[in-house]
Amino acid sequence: MNRTGEVYRVAGPVVTATGISPSMSDVVLVGDEQLMGEVIKIVGLQSIIQVYEETAGIKPGEPVAETGKSMMLELGPGLLGSVYDGIQRPLSVLMEKEGTFIRRGATANGLDRNVRWPITVTVKAGDRVKGGDIIAETKEKNVVHRIMVPPGISGTVAQVFPGEKTVEEVIVKLADGTELKPMHKWPVRLPRPVTGRLMPDLPLTTGQRILDTMFPLAKGGTAAIPGGFGTGKTVTQQQLAKWSDADIVVYVGCGERGNEMTEVLTEFPALTDPKTGDALINRTVLIANTSNMPVAAREASVYTGVTIAEYYRDMGYDVSLMADSTSRWAEAMKEISSRLEEMPGEEGYPAYLSSRLSQFYERGGRSKNLNGSEGSISIIGAVSPAGGDFSEPVTQNTLRIVKVFWALDTKLRERRHFPAINWLTSYSLYSKTLEAWYQDNVDPEWTQLRSWAMNILQKEAELLEIAQLVGTDAMPKEQRLTLEMARMVREIFLQQSAFHDVDTFSSMKRQFALLNCIKMYSDAASEALARNVSLHEIASLPIRTELTRAKFEKDMDNQLASIALRIRPEMEKLKEVSV
Amino acid sequence: MKDYRTITKIAGPLIFVEKTDPVMFSEMVNILLPDGSIKRGQVLDTSRDHVVVQIFEGTAGIGINSGVRFLGETLRMPVSRDIIGRILNGSGDPLDGGPPIIPDKKLDINGSAINPYARESPKEFIQTGISTIDGTNTLVRGQKLPIFSGSGLPHNEMALQIARQAKVRGTGEDFAVVFAAMGITHEEAEHFMDDFERTGALKRAVVFLNLADDPAIERLITPRMALTTAEYLAFELDMHVLVIMTDITNYCEALRQIGAAREEVPGRRGYPGYMYTDLATLYERAGKVKGKKGSITQIPILSMPGDDITHPIPDLTAYITEGQIVMSRELHMGGIYPPVNVSASLSRLMNAGIGPKMTREDHKVVSDQLYAAYARGKDLRGIVAIVGKESLSEKDSKFLDFADLFEKRFIQQDTNENRTIEDTLELSWELLNSIPEDELSRIDAKFIQKYHHDHREKPATAGKAPAGK
Repeated sequence: MNRTGEVYRVAGPVVTATGISPSMSDVVLVGDEQLMGEVIKIVGLQSIIQVYEETAGIKPGEPVAETGKSMMLELGPGLLGSVYDGIQRPLSVLMEKEGTFIRRGATANGLDRNVRWPITVTVKAGDRVKGGDIIAETKEKNVVHRIMVPPGISGTVAQVFPGEKTVEEVIVKLADGTELKPMHKWPVRLPRPVTGRLMPDLPLTTGQRILDTMFPLAKGGTAAIPGGFGTGKTVTQQQLAKWSDADIVVYVGCGERGNEMTEVLTEFPALTDPKTGDALINRTVLIANTSNMPVAAREASVYTGVTIAEYYRDMGYDVSLMADSTSRWAEAMKEISSRLEEMPGEEGYPAYLSSRLSQFYERGGRSKNLNGSEGSISIIGAVSPAGGDFSEPVTQNTLRIVKVFWALDTKLRERRHFPAINWLTSYSLYSKTLEAWYQDNVDPEWTQLRSWAMNILQKEAELLEIAQLVGTDAMPKEQRLTLEMARMVREIFLQQSAFHDVDTFSSMKRQFALLNCIKMYSDAASEALARNVSLHEIASLPIRTELTRAKFEKDMDNQLASIALRIRPEMEKLKEVSV
Repeated sequence: MKDYRTITKIAGPLIFVEKTDPVMFSEMVNILLPDGSIKRGQVLDTSRDHVVVQIFEGTAGIGINSGVRFLGETLRMPVSRDIIGRILNGSGDPLDGGPPIIPDKKLDINGSAINPYARESPKEFIQTGISTIDGTNTLVRGQKLPIFSGSGLPHNEMALQIARQAKVRGTGEDFAVVFAAMGITHEEAEHFMDDFERTGALKRAVVFLNLADDPAIERLITPRMALTTAEYLAFELDMHVLVIMTDITNYCEALRQIGAAREEVPGRRGYPGYMYTDLATLYERAGKVKGKKGSITQIPILSMPGDDITHPIPDLTAYITEGQIVMSRELHMGGIYPPVNVSASLSRLMNAGIGPKMTREDHKVVSDQLYAAYARGKDLRGIVAIVGKESLSEKDSKFLDFADLFEKRFIQQDTNENRTIEDTLELSWELLNSIPEDELSRIDAKFIQKYHHDHREKPATAGKAPAGK
């Protein structure tokens, strides 16, 4: 029996109700406008509720209704290409209903009830099915959407109903009378079950040189991008959403700018997936809970995102989930915790910050699904540390969990080195596991080339410290050459423009070819230097300018091949300095 | 309406009232003082047992016996077309001796969040005539671009210059300025008003003044009144509105004061943990939306305590706004106006507003090159300080000189100097001419051929005066 009680107290997004006896995490409807809220604390006869909307105007005595359920998402065809707020209300539908502004109390179904999907049922009467099993397929955009038995249900198929169906129509009836529909509901805070975990040993290629070559992420891996404001977290996240070779992308804009979501919304439909040639938006689900939208819904938004990601993983897809930014999520927890007058942990964050973060990242991974397929969720979380200081709790707790750390750097940003990822402090714990793949699929020389580049950058950092003290002119010419060559690695290879049509995406082969050319230049330069050619001439060979510009050319592959052939002869033409 | 005389506690800006009929959250409250005057407040916490009210004008004069009247509505701002040209106080009441505003509508000052789906990407280039903005940190319509300043720096001058010169080229659309002053001094306010009057800007401005000696708590509603007005002008009257809010630091101080009075768990440096969300509810009210002609562009001004950009106020602001213009004390001391620290400044929406048809095709690469070359020159200054200028290579000294030139020619301009974007770009090429061509690694070869002074026969903008002074 779902009871109705009444509001006792209102303080910001936290409402206390009496006269109901819900369970923890149950959804309740608050006030005359029936605003959605979630029970977050129970004290005797009082239930404490976080409300997902603005509470101005609510007064004690207004009704509070139980629903007897925890917060559920609607899972089924129709998710791809949608834009939702933190509690799965489609923003396009809200705009049609309400106009420019989001009126509170507005409701809309997560999945459109009117669309008829062409359903092919893949089971027949008499088949035994259990949770996770695929019973039907339909075409959602250009993705095969596999409809599964909800976890926890099993039985024998009695009857099937293929054809054009809405998400609420029955497609399979089990012997015990259970009706299976294209849509099922799943509690957002509960991870969807899998049979087992697999090791992440395939790379998630992203077309971003510094990421793929230097600090690669595995499919099913977890990464954090911390950085002060303006260092390019969002641009990096968007680049990953655009170019990573996942089948499905879930992008959670959590407490960030409205205009950034608009940018995604206007850009994605116009861009094509390099793998399938289809519009990017057709493989993407967007969750947009901007900074000025209610804070409780922001808290829920990352769970909404990861649950949708799990749903597609269960179909056997590689999903990547971008959460921008997890700091805003943590702040939402902090705000709610402080309204509850909980004892704060470090810097006012609740003591459970660390466990919430690890629970979230652990929902990523590569796994064997209930239906036997394999899928993965790679999670990439942006972190916005206060004052750009990485020692703050959200960054630190995140780093304890994730395996890849892409550190964004204000200094690099100031000199317009983009992506502003610091190559000295970033790391990837997958680089060893993934080496084999790179050697087999890109080039056998891969590992050596990569270590050469890492090495020269490391050396540069050491030499620059000396240069700060004595000036470069006082350094031996070999060291000055190292500095020049490291500069080539930085400016030609590491720098990549997200806004240039060609440079924005670099295939693995191209990454290898480009870096290889730089190494060839460097090797030939060392030989020339040994022959006593002047450093100035070595460093300003015209072919270097050509190499610098090659990455912007459409015909880059041929150009690089031609440059590779010409470096050594040109270097050998240089005359020694007469003593 | 009932008057309650059940105040049980008065602490700082808060009063606690008992035994009331149900009161709405955020409801407006009038407090009747024994001398017959009225103070206004708003409900912060409501329950069956007690109600907490924050008083905007301070609690001085309120006693246990003062009457409390709950008004049955949340705070609303009366708006109409006639509001243009008016000067109001921080609570929206006329200060200019004019009649009260006859409302066309009364709008909730907290507004509602713009549906991200209903937004339109800001991309119309606003020419401010200031090279450090137009050239390297371009402002577009619907953007929120704050000025991070410090005490004693000429942020007001710059804001005024922007307000005077800002225009979208080739349009004669309706536009208005909404000015919200929070806790600034009479002198500063006078300065703004003078300039508005002198340039005729007041005729299309709405001014909200909460001055330094006005109640601090009122600062929490002043910007909301201003933004509600801006939304009305932009989205109902189709105007392009520029909102200048100064000084956000004073607003945050008021927020901290309320937090402390409520005995909330403080966050960083004592500011409340919800300051990010609270600031977002101001800044996110900028933008352009589908199906409406108007737009809201925000230029909030804040002074960084101790010039510290990692202080929570600038830090949280920059995480919400689309970039920041940072002022430098060093440049100011060096006599450079506007003292914009170009390296630390950023406009996130710049790329959307520049390029062919909007400004010029070479704009982005030129700007990137200026940044990179200036950064390199500034680094060299550090080395020169240690080892002397003599030990620099020839190439390095060119970069060193470039940095000086950049500050003296590009950053420096007069308060009345209104440079077109072409002026700014031509000036840029002129400055880039001083460094070796093979160092221009950010610029595609085709633009070098077309615009580099060594390559083209005559200036591309033939007939136009050369840039700079």
